[in-house]
Amino acid sequence: MDYHILREFADSWVMLALFATFIGVVIWAFRPGSRKTHEDTANIPFRHDDKPACQGGCKGSCHDDGATL
Amino acid sequence: MWDYFKLIALGLVAVLAAIAANYARDLAYMVNAIEVMLAAAIAFIWVLRTMGAPAAPQTEYNDGVVRAGVIATTLWGVVGFLVAVIIAFQLAFPALNFEWAQGYLNFGKLRPLHTSAVIFAFGGNALIASSFYVVQRTSAARLFGGGLGWFVFWGYQLFIVLAATGYILGATQSKEYAEPEWYVDHWLTIVWVAYLIAFLGTIVKRKEPHIYVANWFYLSFIVTIAMLHLINNLAVPVSIFGSKSVQVFSGVQDAMTQWWYGHNAVGFFLTAGFLGMMYYFVPKQAERPVYSYKLSIVHFWALIFLYIWAGPHHLHYTALPDWASTLGMVMSIILWMPSWGGMINGLMTLSGAWDKLRTDPIIRMMVVSVGFYGMSTFEGPMMSIKAVNSLSHYTDWTIGHVHSGALGWNGMITFGALYFLVPRLWARERLYSLKLVSWHFWLATIGIVLYAASMWVTGIMEGLMWREVDSQGFLVNAFADTVAAKHPMYVVRGLGGVMYLTGALIMAYNLWATVAKQPRVAAASVAAVPAE
Repeated sequence: MDYHILREFADSWVMLALFATFIGVVIWAFRPGSRKTHEDTANIPFRHDDKPACQGGCKGSCHDDGATL
Repeated sequence: MWDYFKLIALGLVAVLAAIAANYARDLAYMVNAIEVMLAAAIAFIWVLRTMGAPAAPQTEYNDGVVRAGVIATTLWGVVGFLVAVIIAFQLAFPALNFEWAQGYLNFGKLRPLHTSAVIFAFGGNALIASSFYVVQRTSAARLFGGGLGWFVFWGYQLFIVLAATGYILGATQSKEYAEPEWYVDHWLTIVWVAYLIAFLGTIVKRKEPHIYVANWFYLSFIVTIAMLHLINNLAVPVSIFGSKSVQVFSGVQDAMTQWWYGHNAVGFFLTAGFLGMMYYFVPKQAERPVYSYKLSIVHFWALIFLYIWAGPHHLHYTALPDWASTLGMVMSIILWMPSWGGMINGLMTLSGAWDKLRTDPIIRMMVVSVGFYGMSTFEGPMMSIKAVNSLSHYTDWTIGHVHSGALGWNGMITFGALYFLVPRLWARERLYSLKLVSWHFWLATIGIVLYAASMWVTGIMEGLMWREVDSQGFLVNAFADTVAAKHPMYVVRGLGGVMYLTGALIMAYNLWATVAKQPRVAAASVAAVPAE
C-alpha cells in the first residue's frame, strides 16, 4: 500500500462516493413531503425560549409543546 | 463521592504544577506552571466549598455559563481590539516598539497575542457561549453534564491565559494561529473533548424531533477543530519541564498541514461556527423563520464537503506540487456557491420585514455582518486564483481581506448576538440605549471601511511596486521604498481600528448599563411556552 495506490483510490472512487453522498443529501432535502417537516424544524427557535420541554419528572403542568409533530 | 475524586485530582495537579515550576527550564514554562498551580488551587477551594450542594433542576436552562461567556466575550474583545490598535500604530510609527520593552512588547510578540485574542478569546468565547444558549433552546433541554459547561468555560479561559503569557515570554511553535506550545495544546484538547460531550449530550437528550440547522453548524465546528488541532500540533517536546517542542512534519509537508489547519480554522471556526450563530440569531431578531430551510441543508453539506480542500491556495508558487495548489484554487472557487447560498438565505430571512432595518439597529448589524460575509467570501476565492495571488500574496491585501471577514462578518454578528442575549440572560426588558447601538454600528462600519480600503490600496500598490522592472530587467524599487510608500495608509488603518475599538467600548458600557441600570422584569411563567 504505497502512497500512489491510496492517492489514485482517493481521486477516483472516494471522490465519486463523496459526490454521490452530496447529491443524495440534496435529493433527500428536496424529497416530496419534506416541506412540512422543514417548516416545523425551521420554527424550533420560536419554542421553549424560557424553559426546557417537560422532562419525565415535572408534575401537573405538562403541556405538549409541539415537540411531537 | 465524585467531589472527592475532583479534590484529589485538583490537589495532584496543583502539586505536580508546583514541581514543574521548580524544575522549569525556561521562564515561559515556569510562569505557565505557576498559573496552572493557582488555577488548580482556586478550583480546589471552590469544589470544597460547594460540596454537597443539590444539583440544579432539569426544568431550567443552564444560563449561568452563558452569562459568564457573554462577559468574557466582551472583555476579551476589548482587549484584542486594544492590542490591535497598538500594533497597527507600531507598524505606522516604528518608534512605538519601545527600547525598554524589546523582546516583550514589540510588534513580533504582540501580533500573535492580537490574533489569538480576537480569534480564540473573543471569537471562541462568543462561539462557546452562543452554542450553549442555542443548543439548549433548540433542543428544549438543559445543558448536558451538570457542571461540565463550567469546566469548559473556565478551562478555556485558562487556555487563553496560558497561551497569552506564553507568547509574551517566548513560548511559541511558530505556526500561524496555532502558536501555543505542546502542553497548552494538550490542555485545549481536554477542554475541547469536554465541550463536545456537553454539546452532543444536549443534542442526544433533546425534546425536539429534529436537530435545528444551527446545531449542525456548531457541531461541525467543534468536530473539525478537534481534528485540525490534533494533526497540526503533532510535536515532540524536548523536555517535559520545558516549553520547546519539535514538529513531527517538516518542509512542504509541514507547510501543507499548517495551511490545511489554517484555512479550515477560517472555514470551521470563523465560518461554520458563526453561521450557526447566524441561523439562530437572525431569525430570532427578525421574528421569522429562516428563508429556506432546504437551502440551509444544502448550504451546510456543500460547505462541509468543499472547505476542507481549499487550504493549498495559501501556498501558490511554493515547493507545493502544482496539482495540489490547482486543486486548492478550484475548490476555493467552487466555494463561491455555498457561501453565497448561505448569505442569500440569511439576508432573505428579512423578506417582508425589511422595515425593521430602519428601526432596529441590532438587525442592521446582523445584515451588515451577512453582507460582509458575502463580500469576503467573494474576495477570498478571487484571491485564490493563481494569477491574482501572484499579485496579492505577501501584501497587505491579504490583511485587508482577513479583516473585512473578521471585523465585518465575525465581529458584527457577535455584537448582534451580544445585544440580543444580554437583556434576555439578565431578564431585562430592553437594552439600556438603542442610540448607543446605532453609534456602535456606525463607528464599527466606518472603521471597517477605512481599514479594508486602505489595505486594498497599500496591498495592490506594494504588489505592483515589487514586480516593477525597468527596461534592463532590473527591479525598480527597494523593499524599503514600498515600506515608506505605505505609511499614509497605515495611519488610516490605525484610525479605522480606533473607531472599531471605540464602538466596542460603547457596547461594553451599554451592556453593563443594561444589567446595572435597567429594571428587572418578572420571571417568566413556570408553564412552558405553547407552540406557535
